[in-house]
Amino acid sequence: MLGAMALLLAGLSAVWMLQGIGGGNRGFILGLRGTKLAALVTVATAIGVATILFQTVASNRVLTPSIMGFDALYVLLQTGLVVVLGGAGLAGLPPGPKFLSEIAVMTVLASLLFGTLLLRGARDVPRMILTGVILGVLFRSLSGFLGRILDPNEFAVVQSVSFASFNRVDATLLPWAAAITAAAVLAAWRLSARLDVLALGRDPAVSLGLAHRGMVLGVLGLVAVLVSVSTALVGPVPFFGLIVAGLAHGLMRSARHAALLPAAALSAAILLVGGQWLFERQLGQAATLSVVVEFAGGLFFLYLLLKGRIR
Amino acid sequence: MIQIQGVSHAIGGTPILHDITTTLPKGRLTALIGPNGAGKSTLLRLVGRLEPLQQGRITVAGHDVATTPTDRLARVMAILGQQTAIASRLRLAELVAFGRWPHHKGRPGPQDQAQVWLALKAFALTDLADRFLDEVSGGQAQRAHIAMAWAQDTDWMLLDEPLNNLDMSHARSLMARLRGLVDQGGRSVAIVVHEINYAAAWADHVIALKGGRVVAQGTAAEVLTEARLSELYETPIRVGTHQGRPLVLHHA
Ligand SMILES: Nc1ncnc2c1ncn2[C@@H]1O[C@H](COP(=O)(O)OP(=O)(O)O)[C@@H](O)[C@H]1O
Ligand SMILES: [Mg+2]
Repeated sequence: MLGAMALLLAGLSAVWMLQGIGGGNRGFILGLRGTKLAALVTVATAIGVATILFQTVASNRVLTPSIMGFDALYVLLQTGLVVVLGGAGLAGLPPGPKFLSEIAVMTVLASLLFGTLLLRGARDVPRMILTGVILGVLFRSLSGFLGRILDPNEFAVVQSVSFASFNRVDATLLPWAAAITAAAVLAAWRLSARLDVLALGRDPAVSLGLAHRGMVLGVLGLVAVLVSVSTALVGPVPFFGLIVAGLAHGLMRSARHAALLPAAALSAAILLVGGQWLFERQLGQAATLSVVVEFAGGLFFLYLLLKGRIR
Repeated sequence: MIQIQGVSHAIGGTPILHDITTTLPKGRLTALIGPNGAGKSTLLRLVGRLEPLQQGRITVAGHDVATTPTDRLARVMAILGQQTAIASRLRLAELVAFGRWPHHKGRPGPQDQAQVWLALKAFALTDLADRFLDEVSGGQAQRAHIAMAWAQDTDWMLLDEPLNNLDMSHARSLMARLRGLVDQGGRSVAIVVHEINYAAAWADHVIALKGGRVVAQGTAAEVLTEARLSELYETPIRVGTHQGRPLVLHHA
């Protein structure tokens, strides 16, 4: 199954890269397309893996990091930075180190906040959803408030991370983003056997000797890193992860993370690369992919809620 | 031996356990009894480090549960809580296989697979091994959970109301298996039981809790007397004997 998915992704990538490539400027076009492909695959991997990880710590299948407000936290962090340093000051910082330190702060904040939340009352799923939604609204309105006291030029800097778009990708961040994603995914992969135990729930995991607290905080840290990467590259996409995690569970029919993690990453990449190809090249409507993805994801979320599949 | 010294516990400001000091003897089958809300589950969860200890000290075979690394403890005792809901969607065989985790940490060897198979067989689950946990009856799922603890193959086994959902024949066969673990395997077992006659028929040692305090402890014959049980459950209870063991009659 994973092999077939990898083949499909390779095929799609080849079509994406080579379709209609003419004589002139070949190198330039390939470079442009390659950057975009790399960005899409990075984002897809980050979202797919982050969602599976988050659903495992939270012991349920309807939550995604974005629904719980992770990406809103990242946007708030960005806005805060613009307020403190000013748009120009921010632009003056070297992009790589700046990105790294943002991710570090985000990771600490998210582990503290969501760690407290999860280690307290993880059993109560409705309460978790409610808390997450409220946190998300809180972060978003704080960003909105900060945005208002900014002057319009500086606000434009913030706005680019606040709305989802698969078209505008910051090429300077891409190598950093790809490297960080690879490191986080590798870490998750190496934890996959322990993630299987974590997924049993707190009591069974503790009785099997898993250091539960440390594991929860560590996994939340990884989720924060991955969400920062995807939000920095394309903005918040709350429901996309839900589709991807649903697909991974449905296709694998196994609870083993060694299968779920690659399946989620691959299905996310197939959907994004395929979707972007369809909308950009075939329908000539590059901007709509994020809208369609979110619409479908939102419907899927409602379906899960209505079917009572909240675990 | 499990030693419990001066353990008190409160949840949300409400005291649940009051200064409990007792021991669970090694190489015996110990039954914890007492009315609903007596604190049996809380005490067992504290011993099994599912709940952090607030006050007092608990050692299991010499290991202090507050300071011993949790993965070390998992090779000394297996605990099955009263709430056994599992978050992930698993087949019965996969669930039972997790019992071997403390030993192989993610790399199961052939002897782990053999143990899992034995555990499945011991609880008559081989025919159901490939079924999903949410597609079997409550009693079958309960047996799978016990089989997981069994596969953990530890010196101590702590089970909170393991007879829940089990029919008479499976309940009896579980008690016989636990008895075998103690008598032939030299292991130690502690269970919380509600049906008092299971304690009467199978337990060596009985600890009676009420209102968060130990009100009686000793051999089954010492604790399961008319006076003690009537007081414990605040209802008149008659105790006869059958084949040399107490037989509790609560329909008198
Ligand atoms: N999470 C909790 N919050 C508040 N009170 C609790 C909680 N868990 C248990 N209790 C209370 O602690 C007491 C002991 O509970 P428990 O140990 O489960 O009793 P038992 O297993 O003997 O029936 C009961 O009075 C119960 O109401
Ligand atoms: Mg109980």
